[in-house]
Amino acid sequence: MNRQVDVLVVGAGPAGLAAAARLAAAGAGRVEVLERESTAGGVPRHCAHPGFGADARGRPLDGPAYARGAVRAALRAGATIRTRASVTGWAGGGPATGRLAVAVTAPGGPEVVAARAVILATGARERPRSARLVPGTRPAGVMTTGELRRTAVLPARLRDLAGRRAVVVGGAPVARYAVRALRAAGAEVAAVVTEGPPARGIGDVPVLSGTVVTELLGRGRLTGVAVRARDGRAGTLRCDTAVFTGDWIPEHELARRGGVPLAPGSRGPLVDGRFRTAVPGVFAVGDLLRGVEPARVAAAEGRSVAAAVLDRLAGACGGPDGVPVEAAGALRWVVPGLLGAEPVPLLVRVGRPLDRPVLSVSQAGVPLRRERLPARLVPWRSVRLGPHWTGGADPAGGPVVVAAGE
Amino acid sequence: MSVTRTGPLPAGPAAEYDVVVVGAGVVGCAVARALARHPLRVALVEAANDVGEGTSKANTAILHTGFDAAPGTLEARLVREGHRMLTAYARESGIPVEPLGALLVAWDDDQRAALPGLAEKAARNGHHRTRVIGGDELRRREPHLGPGALAALDVPGESVICPWTTTLAYATQAVRSGVDLHLNCRVDGVVPGEPWHRLVTPRGALRARYLVNACGLHADAFDALLGRHDFTVTPRRGQLLVFDSLARDLVRHILLPVPGRLGKGVLITPTVFGNVMLGPTAEDLGDKAATGTTAEGLAGLRAQGARVLPALLDEEVTAVYAGLRAATGQEDYRCAAHPRQRYVTAGGIRSTGLSSSLALAEHVLGLLADCGLDPGPERALAPVRMPNLGAAFPRPYRDAGLVARDPEYGTIVCHCERVTRGEIRDAFASAIPPAGLDGLRRRTRARAGRCQGNHCGAELRVLLARYGTGAP
Repeated sequence: MNRQVDVLVVGAGPAGLAAAARLAAAGAGRVEVLERESTAGGVPRHCAHPGFGADARGRPLDGPAYARGAVRAALRAGATIRTRASVTGWAGGGPATGRLAVAVTAPGGPEVVAARAVILATGARERPRSARLVPGTRPAGVMTTGELRRTAVLPARLRDLAGRRAVVVGGAPVARYAVRALRAAGAEVAAVVTEGPPARGIGDVPVLSGTVVTELLGRGRLTGVAVRARDGRAGTLRCDTAVFTGDWIPEHELARRGGVPLAPGSRGPLVDGRFRTAVPGVFAVGDLLRGVEPARVAAAEGRSVAAAVLDRLAGACGGPDGVPVEAAGALRWVVPGLLGAEPVPLLVRVGRPLDRPVLSVSQAGVPLRRERLPARLVPWRSVRLGPHWTGGADPAGGPVVVAAGE
Repeated sequence: MSVTRTGPLPAGPAAEYDVVVVGAGVVGCAVARALARHPLRVALVEAANDVGEGTSKANTAILHTGFDAAPGTLEARLVREGHRMLTAYARESGIPVEPLGALLVAWDDDQRAALPGLAEKAARNGHHRTRVIGGDELRRREPHLGPGALAALDVPGESVICPWTTTLAYATQAVRSGVDLHLNCRVDGVVPGEPWHRLVTPRGALRARYLVNACGLHADAFDALLGRHDFTVTPRRGQLLVFDSLARDLVRHILLPVPGRLGKGVLITPTVFGNVMLGPTAEDLGDKAATGTTAEGLAGLRAQGARVLPALLDEEVTAVYAGLRAATGQEDYRCAAHPRQRYVTAGGIRSTGLSSSLALAEHVLGLLADCGLDPGPERALAPVRMPNLGAAFPRPYRDAGLVARDPEYGTIVCHCERVTRGEIRDAFASAIPPAGLDGLRRRTRARAGRCQGNHCGAELRVLLARYGTGAP
């Protein structure tokens, strides 16, 4: 079965839904969102805690309520959302051949959906133990926060967490969630183990900072984790459950299979300020660009991409433009990775905490701006640099370097 | 035919077997399958809760031609014959195999000088199609090789295969053809007797006229139960890294090191699942259960891999694991008939058991005949067609006809590996259903991808509860 739409959005999380809503409302024609899970809404669906803004009457929203609202808004605007529809690849020779079409598997059968524009909003995942190269055995009881979130809502007999003793690995705020979810399910949290300093408010739990997990122990079921502190002290934490948190990697498979180049630091698609990738007609927004941000940040990107998509539908065939933007010093990544003539904000993230951060922007060695920031920078929170930071950049000049230091 | 995992073993005449094969790895399963061609009562007993739970589940998944075996050994002959037999069997039973061919890459003059000798050794092993290729051709065929690759020995026929499907296909065919498979059934003692040996297990006793030792790493311990001390198994650990399928385009052949003074080096190979594998280490250990990876081991592999295929190191790692080879200090298998004990040992099957398995099974049947077993006439085995896990062959999620007949094949549960609910349901309904999520992974690929269950882990628990309860 083959179908044709105007705009195809891959992924019904905050970014994809916001893009679909804006485009459907703007008269982009047939706007369809494909979601591989059984329910649309993305990660917020699993985040049953406030922190997702407020509704029209000012009442705070939790993740599931936010997700429902985002789905409603997209549907009301006229977009189609198809769940359990898994995009398994590009059809034909892929977008390099000029044809934008994806292969989809759904209970109704495999099909090919062609589009005039494709917005990739496939999100991000936490690196599992293997990708973090944690040695040891391969016992049961080892998971990511993502798996914990999905497991925590299962019936108690299926989730198998009550009475367990868990170690949480990672010190970002997501570790706080893991601690809470484990306790709510009846597990004891033995410790939070984090290589860097922990986020505030992890909770009433022993926090071993400056410490890494060096080995998983146990056959069949996890029996403990070996840890080593920076000062060389080593030991074993007895536990039967380990939750690896944070350490996000974009879900970039579809982007890469379509020949979309990645940005070096973030491992997400390289985009310009209008969220165009190097492949004509293919756009990328949301956590796919660089790992998780608050839902409102992803949704704002979804709304922002609409202008460039509408231009594309109107026949404009401009590719991404601008000079490369590179992260340097303590910065891990900067998004977007291309800076055009239009001033746009930059999102940057540090790889290690900076207590007295100084950010600087330069082009071809010439300083454009340098500022000491008022607050500490931490690896689990991005900083938005307003358009004025890059105002002086020459869109025809050399690479723009954004650096962080102390 | 039956598969048991719990409860008392059958008693009385139902516990009497012509042959009991101990150990359900790839060798034991192949032997049981070969025996199932004859009108014999055969049991396959295994200490673990699944087939292929030991060495057979954690190896390099290569179907070797035997080009580099020690000429004249039993291993050389059985690998050569086994390669031919398994290549044909894979085709008829649906085991994914890709005949990529191997390149032994020389990185220095010593290694380059060794290539003609390796070609000559291959010829002595009956492999006459190898040839030395120069740097230009090598680079054309493997454009992502690191700098310094000088030349290579081209070895057509070396293939990658799914080791789990192979073991499971043998076991499934054996069970469907009448073999009893008793899992969770460690043999603690053997009371030799005439005409019956009595095998003592925690789940009860079995009686066997003939015994086959296919205990892999524990072959020496089982030999000892029969008073034999012919060899000692020293486990040799091999740690391996599996890279994301996005790395698959970086390598086209099985890249083997040239064996030399500085040890064997590591190989880099595509897998039939579309990943890329780097390894193995080779560490002689005392512990037969030391299947953990180590920081040093993984760092060493990455350092060696970076030289062979630098771009590989930028890709995500989807699995780290270690397997143990059953080394015995002799560069050959330790297969022997012990006629007075009506007992055959198939030991020391080191790292080539997957490749030789079908030929080895025939060899073991010969040894059983030497012990006096008259297997009787041959009959056809029940046919077997395994679900395809290979990336190069059709999978259900793209099969319009299949999904139209049953939408469960259009419902993807494991997104990384495109495993559908229909395949998961089928695995639990199969002749030898999985005992848990690890067994399910080996049968379907569910949870074997880059997210390692981040997305599908919770749903798989639900499906395990729904379908897994009926498991024997």
